[in-house]
Amino acid sequence: MIITDLPPLAASLFSLIAIASLLLGFVMLGSRWLRHYIYAFAAESWLIALLSATVGFYGGISDLYIIAALTVLFRGCILPYLILRFISRRGVAREMQVALQPSSSLVAGAFAVIFALAVATHLCRGLALAGTVAVVALTVMLSLKLIGFLMLTVRHEAVSQLLGLLVLENGIFLGAQVLVPGMPLLIETVILFDLLIVVVCFGVLVRYLASHVGSTSALVLNRLVG
Amino acid sequence: MAGVLLLLIVLAPLAAIIVMLLNPRPRLAEWVNLAGSAIALAAALPLPWASLGNAPQVFLDGYVIADPFGAWVILCAAIVYFLASIYAVGYMRMLDEDARLPRFYALFAGFGLAIMLAPMMNNAGLYWIAIEFTTLVSTFLVAFEHAAESIEAAWKYIVVVSAGISLALLGTMLFYWAGTFVFGASYNMTWASLRSAAPHMNPALVGLGFLLVLIGYGTKVGLAPMHTWLPDAHSEGPAPVSAMLSGALLNAAMIGIIRFLGIVDAAHDAGPLPRVVLVILGAFSLTIAALFIVRQTGVKRLMAYSSVEHMGVMALGFGFGGPLGVAGALYHMLNHSLNKSLMFFGAGSMMRSFETKEMRRIRGVGLRFPVVGALWIGGAVAITGAPPFGLFASEFTILRAGLGGPETWAAILMAILLIVIFIGFLNHFRIMYFERPDAEVVPKAGVSAWCAAPMWLAFVPVLVLGLWWPDAIWHYFVVIAHGLAAGPTEVALR
Repeated sequence: MIITDLPPLAASLFSLIAIASLLLGFVMLGSRWLRHYIYAFAAESWLIALLSATVGFYGGISDLYIIAALTVLFRGCILPYLILRFISRRGVAREMQVALQPSSSLVAGAFAVIFALAVATHLCRGLALAGTVAVVALTVMLSLKLIGFLMLTVRHEAVSQLLGLLVLENGIFLGAQVLVPGMPLLIETVILFDLLIVVVCFGVLVRYLASHVGSTSALVLNRLVG
Repeated sequence: MAGVLLLLIVLAPLAAIIVMLLNPRPRLAEWVNLAGSAIALAAALPLPWASLGNAPQVFLDGYVIADPFGAWVILCAAIVYFLASIYAVGYMRMLDEDARLPRFYALFAGFGLAIMLAPMMNNAGLYWIAIEFTTLVSTFLVAFEHAAESIEAAWKYIVVVSAGISLALLGTMLFYWAGTFVFGASYNMTWASLRSAAPHMNPALVGLGFLLVLIGYGTKVGLAPMHTWLPDAHSEGPAPVSAMLSGALLNAAMIGIIRFLGIVDAAHDAGPLPRVVLVILGAFSLTIAALFIVRQTGVKRLMAYSSVEHMGVMALGFGFGGPLGVAGALYHMLNHSLNKSLMFFGAGSMMRSFETKEMRRIRGVGLRFPVVGALWIGGAVAITGAPPFGLFASEFTILRAGLGGPETWAAILMAILLIVIFIGFLNHFRIMYFERPDAEVVPKAGVSAWCAAPMWLAFVPVLVLGLWWPDAIWHYFVVIAHGLAAGPTEVALR
């Protein structure tokens, strides 16, 4: 178990990176410009890759360097590039109608973090991990999860919904690096590839939406009820 | 033996896909897909016998498993895949989309393959990926008709299910984390190793992990209130796809929940919460289904809500637990797969003949289609759980399990809701068969033999399974129930 006997510097580094990713989650929540979401998402992915590499260094797990490289490649470069391409082709620059204003979403996000902290503290107390970096990792993981769901519910633009889903997965990935660094390489790699396929599928669907429905906003998807 | 069968089940659809991609001709694609599904079914039929043994057989470094539970789900999926492949030949010709047919069949075979892969996965992470893969493939099948409604359904499907299933990934990760306290940082997350570690896991972590998995895969199973994608996707895809979604895919997601439930059961301090939540979700699904079935207007949406109902019944069966509950739920799985395929085939044919999805414009089915109409209404009687059909036997067994257990309230609620659904569902059929139309409706054309044959192939077994529950199958279920309750003792660590 590498969480319990970390050097203080490593623990602070992990916490710093985790908290910075959480802040980037708030950047997405507080902005209306789709381009900002993507930059924030890309930065978050780079941070997660940095975290993998740091954990790999301190834990002596060389597999994590491969994961870090793949994370940078897929989440940090290819996915943002693909999504930026959708946006420039569609000509959708910003979220037109939102169910919740960015300022209110920030407040809701803050409550989500408090809730996540409560759950994480409770869990870690039971595991005799209170006061370790596990609390931070768990908090950030659960908060990013909740923030992702918040983005999915209050944003209507197809690209924002896709990014909401990616934030959900980023949270899990971030937590996994700290909590279960020994997770087999095979699983992590396949999940990364899977993400790429998800984004491509979304891309095709967005194209269908634009050509057959006439809009990429989920607000027009209201025919099927009951 | 089991290994060869699994290999055949995987290779047959895979070979079909490759042939279709290399030589994209519509008529060829039909036959190749049919051949692939027939081989898969032929391999899946003896699989339950081959999978029986003292210990589950594992292959490929323990990543692939042939256990009785998985074999049963694969068998159900292979049956539906085969029936839907026959039906698709007749149905897809009516759509006049010959140019896109090879792509359709390639996706269709890929969908069948993904569904049959999921129960074979012996690693919780790989199982998650298999389920995610089913979503990605079937999204394009749902969107195949390119109408605005199908695209809407596909979009809702992929967003809701991906979001839901990411919760299952989180839950899986928490289980892995809980296991690291027992096995150390790195181990192979097989079902058996998680199960053997369960007694030493932290109960709060296991509880939270299971709830996340239940909500996550429950979204895919279509348990209310996470079922919102299901009626849309089931009603907007082509009928053979609807049959696959309902009869095969939902079971493949159910097996994940039940495997995790087995792990939670092995943890001593988890308390009754996991089972109670499963029972509550099952009961709530039945309630929602009953409400929407009574007031339904679309013929395929009616069938979709019936799927929500039957998944609720299965969740109740597994939630009640014990040999009786598990056996009932497993028998229900097969019966539902057969019967729901039959219902979607009938609905698809009627929808094409009357050129509408609205039930109020479908009239006089019995007079216009004596044979297919009789099969369809027979299936409707069966799916509502009336004797002498298979679903009566399985639902009755689940009820008995519920009445004997601690959650009597759920069993009583289930009985009441099943009666409500019986009345509501059959009332729609009474109107479609016997009510006079407001305006004269003339169906376009007859139903081809390709579309009628699979209805016979589904109807006869449902009737036989209702009249005769073979002892061999009962013993097979007892073996599965025993495996879920006790779990294998010896486990390969790391």
